[in-house]
Amino acid sequence: MSLLTPTIRPSVVARLNPVAKLAVALIVSCALLLSIDWVSAGVALLLEVGLLLWCGLSARQFWLRTAPVWIAAPMASITTVLYGEDSGALLWQFGFISVTEGSAQLGLAIGLRVLAIGLPGIVLLATTDPTDLADGLAQVVRLPARFVLGGLAGLRLVGMFIEDWHSLTLARRARGVGDGGGLRGAARRFFGPAFSLLVISVRRGSKLATAMEARGFGSDEPRTWARESRFRVADAVLVSIGFAITGIAIGVAVRAETWSFILA
Amino acid sequence: MPDTSPHLSGRAPQIRAVHIRARDWGWRHAGRHNQAVSRLDLQIEPGERVLLLGASGAGKSTLVHALAGVLGDAEDGDETGSLLIDGRPAAEARGRVGLVLQDPDSQVVLARIGDDVAFGCENLAVPRADIWPRVRQALAEVGLDLSLDHPTSSLSGGQKQRLALAGVLAMRPGLLLLDEPTANLEPGGVIEVRDAVVRSLDHSGATFVVIEHRVEVWQDVVDRVIVLDPSGGVLADGPTREILSSQGERLAQAGVWVPALPPRFPVRHPMRASQTLLRAEGLQVGRVPFGRRTACVVADGINLGLRAGTATVVTGPNGAGKSTLALTLAGLLRPAGGALRASDEFADGIPAEPHRWRSKQLLTRIGTVFQDPEHQFLAATVRDDLLIGPRALGLSVAEQTGRVDELMHRLRLDHLADANPFTLSGGEKRRMSVATVLATRPRLLVLDEPTFGQDSRTWQELVTLLAELLDEGTALVAVTHDAQFVSALADEEYRLGAPDAIRLGAGAL
Amino acid sequence: MHATITSTRPATANKSRNYRWRVVDIVVASVIGVASGVIFWAWGLAWSPLSAILAFTPGLEGLLAGGWLFAGVLGGLIIRKPGAAVYTEVVAAVVSMLIGTQWGFSTLIWGVVEGLGAEIVLALFLYSNWRLGVALLAGAGAGVAVGLLDTTFTSYAALDFGYKAVYFVSAVISGTVLAGLLSWLAVRGLARTGALSRFAAGREGSRAPAAAIS
Repeated sequence: MSLLTPTIRPSVVARLNPVAKLAVALIVSCALLLSIDWVSAGVALLLEVGLLLWCGLSARQFWLRTAPVWIAAPMASITTVLYGEDSGALLWQFGFISVTEGSAQLGLAIGLRVLAIGLPGIVLLATTDPTDLADGLAQVVRLPARFVLGGLAGLRLVGMFIEDWHSLTLARRARGVGDGGGLRGAARRFFGPAFSLLVISVRRGSKLATAMEARGFGSDEPRTWARESRFRVADAVLVSIGFAITGIAIGVAVRAETWSFILA
Repeated sequence: MPDTSPHLSGRAPQIRAVHIRARDWGWRHAGRHNQAVSRLDLQIEPGERVLLLGASGAGKSTLVHALAGVLGDAEDGDETGSLLIDGRPAAEARGRVGLVLQDPDSQVVLARIGDDVAFGCENLAVPRADIWPRVRQALAEVGLDLSLDHPTSSLSGGQKQRLALAGVLAMRPGLLLLDEPTANLEPGGVIEVRDAVVRSLDHSGATFVVIEHRVEVWQDVVDRVIVLDPSGGVLADGPTREILSSQGERLAQAGVWVPALPPRFPVRHPMRASQTLLRAEGLQVGRVPFGRRTACVVADGINLGLRAGTATVVTGPNGAGKSTLALTLAGLLRPAGGALRASDEFADGIPAEPHRWRSKQLLTRIGTVFQDPEHQFLAATVRDDLLIGPRALGLSVAEQTGRVDELMHRLRLDHLADANPFTLSGGEKRRMSVATVLATRPRLLVLDEPTFGQDSRTWQELVTLLAELLDEGTALVAVTHDAQFVSALADEEYRLGAPDAIRLGAGAL
Repeated sequence: MHATITSTRPATANKSRNYRWRVVDIVVASVIGVASGVIFWAWGLAWSPLSAILAFTPGLEGLLAGGWLFAGVLGGLIIRKPGAAVYTEVVAAVVSMLIGTQWGFSTLIWGVVEGLGAEIVLALFLYSNWRLGVALLAGAGAGVAVGLLDTTFTSYAALDFGYKAVYFVSAVISGTVLAGLLSWLAVRGLARTGALSRFAAGREGSRAPAAAIS
């Protein structure tokens, strides 16, 4: 599976316009960022799970792609439990670390929030082809085509970075600087190839720019699109679902009086 | 009146071939003191097919980029005189000119081949209904018989170049420009691309200009040769055969591969009884893919002995695992299976398996010249880079500078001692990458496509140098597609896929 | 050091400044953004264990923030056009998001604000000063941006004021060093390799111009 031509299984979500998916994830993320409470995060997470079941990712793909979130959520949670703003009864103390009812509750809220913000973004994008996303951004959102397509073309070079990195590290071994040297040697073995990679990729980028200009790219004259990106009824429905999830999550939290606006 | 507007639909539209006129034209790249091209007067009639030659630095690429309108604006350089396409400045002739460049990897724009071919049409505002027929026609013309959804990343170099050509042909240009389109391809890929170009030219009748230092590829396709003068203007201009015979010597001097003047093969002085340094028995080679634990085997059952003073070449089709084999023999990749063992005398007190040697222990034993010289560069100047190996060996300062000075002299790098390795020309980079390896005097030299894309002069120097090293007793193994390299140096040829090494000429006992 | 170089610069560099992005500006900024995005992603993976270690030091996790700030400064210093810092940082953020980070879509918002942090500094110098000091300030600007964001909207918002203050200051320091200093050094090195020959950033101070002609 490659980043650029992901093997996307046909599913309801995969057929939707990427712009709609982007909108949903943005709406949910923005709303959840506004408050730290376990009710809004928990409700949103619950509702999202219902949506994510439709996305057509295999179980293996799902866990592989979302692994960072599952690691990060408990970490953030623990940090908050230990250092979070203390309130309520003291549960445990060690030096300047204190765990209170308040910080434990905050920890739970943070853990749920990381999951609720992280999961939809990853899952929705895992079912999106970057080319389709670019088409949507340029044709539906009407972002400047020069930048959208330039960015998309740059993205294609990622696949080559891995190959280059491999050769660069082997070349270092062949030249006698592939091991040893302690911490300084290790730092050099990271920054050396990283710099070479930067040089090679800037070069390649310049050549790619020339190749694109040679095919008439970059002028201000209107261009056509070989692939049409349309915002259909189903896409509008998805965006409404996004708003609904957000509304219900906030509504329930306000009702439960746990909603705490972050800037208040 | 033929209509050339991109809005024209239909299967085979008439293409109006382009007329080119340069009047005292010149270009200086921003930030440079020397003119890239100067005082150029030139006229190319519609439908003419031209081979553009000249020494490196004569401004061939600059001219072709200018014709394609991709040199940029005042921010990129200063223009003098005029360069007209059908009477209009070249920069304004958008869509009338198509350009294919040298590097296959940096010309693919999109992830799927259909989208990539359509890219140029989209930019010229061809209506959607007309784009896809054009795409299919262009792909058929270059002989890429793949689905439109086929990922571009899985294409071979030759296929990528044909894809780039299709992307240009779909724009229906009246002028087709090729800037060394086959320099980075193996021989099969070269023919594929050449034949696709000829087919499309016969069909469209477009004006054609190609830069290529391997003259034999294009000499029967073009009807005119123009040689640019590095000091400005045109050196020679006329019918192909006439120019190649009158200017042959001079062009060969400048590194152009003139068919009538092939490079000389060095005289070898093979050693009598030579000992085996490294032996592969039932070797399996492969790479560990990103994020996996076990190697994915690309070639197996390899039996091979690398002997001192003997040149072994590894040949075989694309994707047979030649480079992987070279990197494994070089001790850089762990064998996926089987045995690869150094003789006791070669290992000299360390374990027999090269992949277990430490980086420094490799230096005096095995040197590797990578396919892309840039992957090997470590320091900011040529001299510092060459010093890295000798310094790692802990040689005395006098010995270090002695070796490096001698190497720079031998490989004509003296005048570049303080230059950044990345700023060197293609031939200089290749010589430099060989020098970095020779600085530690390894007894076995592993080279991956050492002559790829090199001009005839660098080729000659490289082959002569390698022959000298062989005579001195260095063992050599080279992965190559270059038939001339094989005839010039190889004692044994190992065809990947064939059961045993084939013994050839001089080194056979 | 700038003054001595300008005197030998050819006339073209002094022509009226062009703020329009060329195709090469867009593509190279994208490539830098994409490459940085991969590093962002890797940094995100390394961040979890590293921040766990630093979790026992109140607030010093901010020192890790710079790993996500260099893209904007690097892009700004190379491209030298308005918006370059924001664009490069956003592309990097989107790419790390496409591969998958634990921060999901908030990665995009962070990218925009961090890019703006660096962009504002470059704009204050009217996109005409590219010295080390400005690079450091741009890095610090990105650090201020991420410091404010992290202590207001992330899990750190739930922490004590003292912790937040330490976090903020260490984020600014991290931005100055990892984003400002490292990017400036990288651009200087790049210019010497001739890779930036189509950019003003590569034409100043590049040595041996004759050797680069091919």
